[in-house]
Amino acid sequence: MSRPFHVLGISAFYHDAAACLVRDGAIVAAAQEERFSRRKHDHRFPRSALAWCLREGGIGATDLDVVAFYDKPWLKLERLLETYLAFAPSGLSSFLTAMPLWLREKLWVGDLMGRELGFKGRIVYPEHHQSHAASAFYPSPFERAAILTVDGVGEWATASWGVGAGRRVDLRAELRFPHSLGLLYSAFTYYTGFKVNSGEHKLMGLAPYGEPRYAQTILDELVDLREDGSFRLDMKYFNYCQGLTMTSEAFHRLFGGPPRAPESPLTAREADLARSVQEITEEVMLRMARHVRKETGERHLCLAGGGALNCVANGRILRAGVFDDVWIQPAAGDAGGALGAALFAWHHVLGRPRAVVAGRDRQAGSCLGPAFGTDEIAAWLDRRGRPFHRQPDGESVETAADLLARGQVVGWLSGRMEFGPRALGGRSILGDARDPSMQSRLNLKIKFRESFRPFAPACLEADAGDYFELDRPSPYMLLVAPVRPERRRPPAEAAPRPSPAVPPVARIDIPAVTHVDYSSRVQTVSRETHPRFHALLEAFKRRTGCGVIANTSFNVRGEPIVCTPADAYRCFMRTGMDALVLEDLVLFKHEQSALEESPADDPWAVEPPDRATHRARGGARRFGVAMAAVLGTAGAVALWRGRAAGPYLAGAGALLLAAALLAPRVLGPVERAWLALAGGAAAGFARVALTLVYLLVVTPTGLVRRMLGIDALELRADRDAPTYWARVEPDGPGSRPDKPY
Amino acid sequence: MPFTSNVAMLWDFLKVRKKWWLAPILLFLLVLAVLIALAETSALAPFIYTIF
Repeated sequence: MSRPFHVLGISAFYHDAAACLVRDGAIVAAAQEERFSRRKHDHRFPRSALAWCLREGGIGATDLDVVAFYDKPWLKLERLLETYLAFAPSGLSSFLTAMPLWLREKLWVGDLMGRELGFKGRIVYPEHHQSHAASAFYPSPFERAAILTVDGVGEWATASWGVGAGRRVDLRAELRFPHSLGLLYSAFTYYTGFKVNSGEHKLMGLAPYGEPRYAQTILDELVDLREDGSFRLDMKYFNYCQGLTMTSEAFHRLFGGPPRAPESPLTAREADLARSVQEITEEVMLRMARHVRKETGERHLCLAGGGALNCVANGRILRAGVFDDVWIQPAAGDAGGALGAALFAWHHVLGRPRAVVAGRDRQAGSCLGPAFGTDEIAAWLDRRGRPFHRQPDGESVETAADLLARGQVVGWLSGRMEFGPRALGGRSILGDARDPSMQSRLNLKIKFRESFRPFAPACLEADAGDYFELDRPSPYMLLVAPVRPERRRPPAEAAPRPSPAVPPVARIDIPAVTHVDYSSRVQTVSRETHPRFHALLEAFKRRTGCGVIANTSFNVRGEPIVCTPADAYRCFMRTGMDALVLEDLVLFKHEQSALEESPADDPWAVEPPDRATHRARGGARRFGVAMAAVLGTAGAVALWRGRAAGPYLAGAGALLLAAALLAPRVLGPVERAWLALAGGAAAGFARVALTLVYLLVVTPTGLVRRMLGIDALELRADRDAPTYWARVEPDGPGSRPDKPY
Repeated sequence: MPFTSNVAMLWDFLKVRKKWWLAPILLFLLVLAVLIALAETSALAPFIYTIF
């Protein structure tokens, strides 16, 4: 029997760092770094996530055959430099912020793998949008399909389309930076006072409260949109190329004022802006989908990229009937790039075949993260004296259904953690969808977030058609569908327009999961994929006649979704949840003491690989020898010149040498303090040097290029161009998987 | 970060991408990257800054 072949996929350095392990083409494990580090949207190199993936796979780094990094860093740097050249001398502050990170680690992925893991094997670099496309196509249930990816920006591409067939993913055309639908959406996210790269879903949730009053202005001034969904942005309204903000003064003048201050009250204006950009986004994505269908002739569509998390737009594409069916990668953002890169390496680069089971995807419900056994959780709770009830054989499910039917809020940890931003019944907070007060209770007392934000319904797959205008499963909560008309109660004639400050109540029989426009972000639950969660929904239905519950992610605002039972317990104790179900164990809030758990009490915390082991074996010894050499030389010179300091310097050097040779550990703290001093000095030095490079090299080069009429970013709109889609060259960067450019 | 292999990579990048106008900027940045790496990991770094 041949040895299994392992590919490790990694995404890092921008939004959501993640790791994914693929063994002989099967997804063994995938997780985001934020779940381990407890830092939301953690972008750093995913040390803990990859350590967990290796542990889950029962292998070490030496067993890895290929590492796949999800983009081409040198190509990204090229785009950054071309952007600075197009705007210099503007852009210095952005250059000074970005470059140190590039020079320290972003460019040196190969070195990083060697340092962190001791991995010296093959590294594959798909393009960013190839990774997204692979993450959408390879796990999908389709033999072949059209692929559409939309996000902020990868290397140069901001959107792309192509075809997946068998083992290959071939992208055919793309839109290029700075013309980006994702960045347009982020600009409005910023302008309406939400955080870029994390507040986009809030903007989407706010949109139904508004009117599209600004949609025509966006089309007239900001976006030159073509029938095929391609477009150019008028960059005078944006500042993300050369500055540290998304929008420019021209944008603020156009929309009548400065950006909303974060956390200040939301008004109808923000809702109208949200609705306007949402409508434009839907229109662009719909046109893109129609164009892709026409050009490829494919019947199925796979979607990925951050834009594919816009579930309202996804639902519109589906309902428009452009394709027979659509499959969306649940980790559609950058985290999913780790999974896509690994599968791209396996199928596309190594040419390994892809088996498709009709009607079933390979994502396994996106339950690809860590799981924990009832016994180990019980032992941990016992050690800490936490009261709990062991209820095996489905009894805990019945208890949870009882609690939910009585209007209580239940924290629910079951099976493997989800990969991607949505909680799908593995790490969820649950409530009764029929309760008119549930939305504001969950928002204000448990999640501590804005009251206007709706919750998603988890619904028995067989019952979905009874509640929603949805004719197919939506297992990943990525489709928004209208609630069936017969379940709606129209608002009274005199009812005021709903506002984000005062959400409407009780206009339907499942008000906690219905938005102001009668839409829902549906999760359908099947017995095959989520047997335990399905059993809970059935138990709830037996008690209430309703097969729908409110499902929201198990976290509070600003915190990543919980990973371990200890994370779940801490979140449970800090919020207004009534009960917590950890596998077969049930905990009631009223039985717990108020004692807080600290993160240090988590026995399941994943320690990243010991960097010191790989980076600097004997580092303290080398430090001591180097310092001894410098001090010894200085001492010898001083003695030769007859200076009084000579013996002291030589003596200190001898002491350091002795410590380095006999007890190097003693030098550890001295080494760390010395290197901290060096780091500070390096940062200062780098800032001065980078400023000089920008003013003396980048700026003159950029000015000369602009004087020669070179427009590398294609900033100017071309009203005569039939399309803005640019052809992907067959011998372009995507054809060089072994090169980071 | 072996300097020679990275210079080779830089040369290959410029050749493949035909972005020769980026050569001076990238060369400066590469030298700076090596200096920063040395500065942050070498015991000699604070001495280097004292000299400069």
